Amino acid sequence: MADLTSNFIGIKSPNPFWLASAPPTDKEYNVRRAFEAGWGGVVWKTLGEAGPPVVNVNGPRYGAIHGADRRLLGLNNIELITDRPLEVNLREIKSVKRDYPDRAVVVSLMVPCEEDPWKKILPLVEETGADGVELNFGCPHGMAERGMGSAVGQVPEYIEMVTRWCKQFSRMPVIVKLTPNITDIRLPAEAAMRGGADAVSLINTINSITSVNLDLFAPEPMIDGVGAHGGYCGPAVKPIALNMVAEIKRNAATADLPVSGIGGVTTWRDAAEFIALGAGNVQVCTAAMTYGFDVVKEMISGLSQWMDEGGHESVASVVGRAIPNCRDWQDLNLNYVTKALIDQEACIKCGRCYAVCEDTSHQAIFNRIDGVRGFEVNDAECVACNLCVNVCPVEECITMVETPLGEVDPRTGEKVREYANWQTHPNNPGAVKAAE
Amino acid sequence: MLNTPTTPGIVAGRLPANILAENFSDLHPPLTAHEALVAADRCYFCYGAPCMEACPTTIDIPLFIRQIATGTPEAAARTIFSQNILGGMCARVCPTETLCEEVCVREVAEGKPVLIGQLQRYATDRLMAAGGHPFARATETGKSVAVVGAGPAGLSCAHRLAMKGHNVTIYDGRAKAGGLNEYGIAAYKSVDGFAQSEVEWLLSIGGITVETGKRLGDGLSLSGLKSGFDAAFLAIGLGGVNALSMDGVNAVDMIADLRQSADRTDLAVGRNVVVIGGGMTAVDAAVQSKLLGADNVTMAYRRDKAAMAASEFEQDLATSRGVRILYNAAPKLVDDGAITLARTETRDGKLLETGEVVELPADQVLWAIGQTLEGAPDGVAVEGGKIVVGDGGRTSVDGVWAGGDCAQGGDDLTVTAVAEGRDAAEDIHAKLA
Repeated sequence: MADLTSNFIGIKSPNPFWLASAPPTDKEYNVRRAFEAGWGGVVWKTLGEAGPPVVNVNGPRYGAIHGADRRLLGLNNIELITDRPLEVNLREIKSVKRDYPDRAVVVSLMVPCEEDPWKKILPLVEETGADGVELNFGCPHGMAERGMGSAVGQVPEYIEMVTRWCKQFSRMPVIVKLTPNITDIRLPAEAAMRGGADAVSLINTINSITSVNLDLFAPEPMIDGVGAHGGYCGPAVKPIALNMVAEIKRNAATADLPVSGIGGVTTWRDAAEFIALGAGNVQVCTAAMTYGFDVVKEMISGLSQWMDEGGHESVASVVGRAIPNCRDWQDLNLNYVTKALIDQEACIKCGRCYAVCEDTSHQAIFNRIDGVRGFEVNDAECVACNLCVNVCPVEECITMVETPLGEVDPRTGEKVREYANWQTHPNNPGAVKAAE
Repeated sequence: MLNTPTTPGIVAGRLPANILAENFSDLHPPLTAHEALVAADRCYFCYGAPCMEACPTTIDIPLFIRQIATGTPEAAARTIFSQNILGGMCARVCPTETLCEEVCVREVAEGKPVLIGQLQRYATDRLMAAGGHPFARATETGKSVAVVGAGPAGLSCAHRLAMKGHNVTIYDGRAKAGGLNEYGIAAYKSVDGFAQSEVEWLLSIGGITVETGKRLGDGLSLSGLKSGFDAAFLAIGLGGVNALSMDGVNAVDMIADLRQSADRTDLAVGRNVVVIGGGMTAVDAAVQSKLLGADNVTMAYRRDKAAMAASEFEQDLATSRGVRILYNAAPKLVDDGAITLARTETRDGKLLETGEVVELPADQVLWAIGQTLEGAPDGVAVEGGKIVVGDGGRTSVDGVWAGGDCAQGGDDLTVTAVAEGRDAAEDIHAKLA
């Protein structure tokens, strides 16, 4: 049986599945239920300064994007940080950590971008026995208007400065949570590293309007006839998050910086993908907010089965395994040739491959076989774009088959040659020319 | 209650009113909005969709399903009605299992087709419930067309002609318009007076007058129509029935009585009912006899299962309601509350009696052995019991068109009748222009 235990920057948990800082981790009651269900750890919902807590709207706080059968694909929220008094949260954190010493309890923080508030709150958190802090430089809505959250995360100098304060005023591990609402994720990650962060976590939510109410001409979620942009999360954001994690792990400056992967983790497979791209653990929110805490049971059993089947003994042994294969486009083999092949036994003759190839691509699919309805690839036109595979409703019906080295590609009439990429391609004006 | 399913003889009130009401409720209850979205999402929006090719009226099925999926069922209904103005009834009575749904790629792949019929009903119900009519008439042409028969073919033809700006008079011998939609078809496929409300909705386009109680040879003549109108369309259906050689009741009459009954506790049905025939009419009669409270209902068909005209779905429907289907059994004698049937087999393509006989108790024998053309006007060529038609439904007589069950072609389905009526209207319009 694979070892799922996790040691993330010295914080131990029985599995790599943590609940992200969000509504599910706002109260002792919820967190106890989460731990009973099997979650390895939580990042407590973001605490603010002592004194009167923030207030939240009393209308809708979420907007959603649905797929078939109202499957929730994306969620948007305009909820702010905890609206409960600081002392109540601290008391509850202490109580939970005392009762669940084997679970990770990290506390998310967001206070004004000044030294004093950070200096004040850190010892209070430390006193609870929590395992670490996560700096919320990510939330893009509400608090950002007050110079916090993503307003800090968008300025690398601020990230570095606040991180340094936290390392200075606390002995706890510091995780910096990054906002994806920037152009290059490597810069804030580097800033966090310079400030002494033990890790970064990403992504926080993405600026979004989920939909527009076409009767009232207002964005959703709508509060009393108007709306504000929120933060987008859930399965829809996973591809963006995966890329940002990979960018940090591919960057020489941050390759060794531990990453907690966040963004649309819904199943064990999503988690395994983040881990393969270098995440030391994952944080989950939307899946729990869609199905409840019991989803973690599937995540644990699935990850465990996959690791057993692949002979992976520990989570640590698979972290970053896919990174060497993440490359730049210019490294890709331009001499690699494949052709789509339609399995006639599996084909149900819906014709979607034909419609998209004929209308939007390369006219490389025939819609008649011996005069009757049927779909077959014309290798002489197929550029192997893969669109037919993507739109085919039958799994494994269309596959891409490699044309072996030395065989003729019917499209170009030329033999398939050895590896060569754009950097040496004759059409590339900047190509590295062989010595004449 | 005086009677029960086991009361001997042919009696009414075998079941209490509440059970009868339940028995004759909608065969497929309408989809809810969410069910419709889930069902619509299963459609693959096929290229050159097989369902569309299988539809006799060539409705753009992938398009209307996508319109449902995107929250515009009214637009979906317009897509349907533009090809098939009786799309509401067809959604209820079409044997989709042998048409669109049979060739749905998901039927082929998984044995579970997209619920095309029920989605069509969802869309058409929505638009019809919203009131108003989706089409407007073109400028009046001043031309007039006579349509004989207010069944699906006649109504479809009349509507399309009215839309083109012609004035139409529909004649029908019965008291109500609708044809088999009103007088045929099992009651549980067309509940809550749908046939009549559909007729009213169809006629609301304007330009159509309906005169009931008039039929060819009885107040109408072809020469009269030819002189009084610019064109005539014959949609007189198959009004006759094959003569019965033995005792019993025509299933067609039994079904019509049931459809017109205001109180089904008044309808008499046998304790032991035997239905002769293997088509949809036989299934409708057998199932409805059972639903009225008959103790034993047997459908006897002289050929084997594969040859049966009723679809697999209809056969399953019958057996699920408690009807026993006896294949390879041909009627020989009805006498004294019993029927004698000869067992048959097919050898070298010929139906032969094996010599074995079965005797079944039968207080009531219902015959569903086919309808015949009746009242075709003299001079109109008839061949094989059907009016001869060419392209666009033209008959042998200039200025006279025909369509629906009375004419050649098609499968004697509501949907083919609608298609033929529509196409004849287009041809008439082209001719009149």
